[in-house]
Amino acid sequence: MAVTMLPMRPAYGEALLALGHANPNVVALSADVSNSDFSYRFAEAFPERFVNVGIAEQSLVDVAVGLAYSGKIPFANAFAFLFATRALEMIRTHLCYGNANVKLMAAYAGLSDSFNGPTHNSISDVAIMRSLPRMTVVVPGDTVALAKLLPQVAEWPGPVYFRMNRNDVPLIFNESYAPVIGKAMALRPGSDVTIICNGMMVSRSLEAADLLAGEGISAAVLEMHTVKPLDTEGIIAAAEATGALVTAEEHSIIGGLGGAVAETISDACPVPLKRVGVADRFTETGPYHAILDRYGLSVAHVVAAARAAVALKK
Amino acid sequence: MHYHSEALIRDLSARAQTLRINTLKMVYNAQSGHIGGAFSVAEILAALYFHHLKIDPARPDWPERDRLLFSKGHACAALYSALAYRGFFPVEELMTFRQLNSRLQGHPDRSKLPGIEVCSGPLGHGVAVGVGMALAQRMDVAKPSARSAGSARASIGKTYVILGDGEINAGVVWEGMMSAAKYRLGNLCAILDYNGIQQTGATADVMPTEPIVDKWASFGWHVQEIHGHNVGEILNALDLADEVHAMPSVIIARTTKGKGVSFMEYDNRWHGTSPNEAQFKAALAELDEGLGQWQ
Repeated sequence: MAVTMLPMRPAYGEALLALGHANPNVVALSADVSNSDFSYRFAEAFPERFVNVGIAEQSLVDVAVGLAYSGKIPFANAFAFLFATRALEMIRTHLCYGNANVKLMAAYAGLSDSFNGPTHNSISDVAIMRSLPRMTVVVPGDTVALAKLLPQVAEWPGPVYFRMNRNDVPLIFNESYAPVIGKAMALRPGSDVTIICNGMMVSRSLEAADLLAGEGISAAVLEMHTVKPLDTEGIIAAAEATGALVTAEEHSIIGGLGGAVAETISDACPVPLKRVGVADRFTETGPYHAILDRYGLSVAHVVAAARAAVALKK
Repeated sequence: MHYHSEALIRDLSARAQTLRINTLKMVYNAQSGHIGGAFSVAEILAALYFHHLKIDPARPDWPERDRLLFSKGHACAALYSALAYRGFFPVEELMTFRQLNSRLQGHPDRSKLPGIEVCSGPLGHGVAVGVGMALAQRMDVAKPSARSAGSARASIGKTYVILGDGEINAGVVWEGMMSAAKYRLGNLCAILDYNGIQQTGATADVMPTEPIVDKWASFGWHVQEIHGHNVGEILNALDLADEVHAMPSVIIARTTKGKGVSFMEYDNRWHGTSPNEAQFKAALAELDEGLGQWQ
């Protein structure tokens, strides 16, 4: 079956523009990358509601905080790693401790800025963000998910980290897809193992489930577009129903979705769990899909993890 | 510029001294807190909270209010005293400073205490957050409902930021300064409490910041330099800053760290040290004597 690939960045530009039309309190800020992340679409339509602070992510977040405390709904745009590492103290102090209603639009997340390389990758951001009290972390799986989740981000009370892929991604969902922040989406039923995944790894997990079916392993697929607040009930139910779990994410295996699921089941329902992600290492420059495959995120990696998790049940 | 009477100046000077006395008692009671930078900023806080700011303690979230961002959050004992005496919360609550169950956290928490506009303590945030608030105030004045008001000043508030001179070591301060100038934020006014001392020594030794007037001016701000313990000069500078509409303003207030207590002045050891009983009594006596000169 031919996979349709659709670009995330224009989809984001379109969704942000639509929010600008829908809500006059929405403002957008950029650290001078608006032509990278397509927030220029908003800037062109609403120049009086767009702020470019230059290449200054700490100031970007602080200025957004001032706007948020004045009743605006700021969408701050920058590369994911710069939010998570350079501007982290601003985020912790004001968005989380101060509860500033700022939406962080984290572009080029994971390994998706692959040709710019490890300096521009962001594989620790989910771990960092989800450890902050009051933060919400959302990872859309494709362009449909992005368009459906972004308006919910605008309405969500409090700070949100919205983690977006730079590239063309496989189209997974159709118009019937109805995600709700905080609720896992059951994409495929199964009885032997559940693959819990998000972002770019959703399509790869579905592909893995197909391959596993050929081996006689029935794999459920549960999409966890919201890493925080985590749908712990959905995870525990999956653990109880299938008795083994795999997590698959475009992130370090430390502290991301895999860590969140491990924390959840170790408290409530310990079952075998295998985590698919980038090992505790930096990657290298190269074509996106080749980098994904080389650094532990191939379909084969998901299949192997599922086999191993199922084997541990016995 | 407005005329400021001798009586007003004496009254505000006395209030500033009262802020110092309360700060001393709060820090002594808690055996924790920051005295030096609270003493240096006392006249600035008094001039703003008891005269210049357009605020209403009964409506701390009044949309048209002026915002004061207290960026040098460690000096918050003086800020809390000003807010209490201005009517934002009971004066009796001041002595709960830094204790369990208190709204008066070690550093200001906007979600706990009315009148606090921003969490502060980690240094450097005030100017950039102030840029966001000043931008929002200007966006709101563009609305038809605000345009029908008599003047821009009557319909929207202004944003003030108080920051310390050690604080400007932080790069994000300068990022915020550039944005303020870019957007020509005439409704943003920073007041630099330039007491010349930071935690481990003189700012001139730790991280030289001079020529501060030239630096700030070169970043596109309107700069005034004043004696920061002279209430008349502070009031005049605030008035003049209100007349500057095409660029942000900064008032560089030359102050004395630990002002008002002879053995605390110019001494970085009083940045974050609490007095013992003998020191407390000696300091209180000096401050009471200072208060007397204004009454």
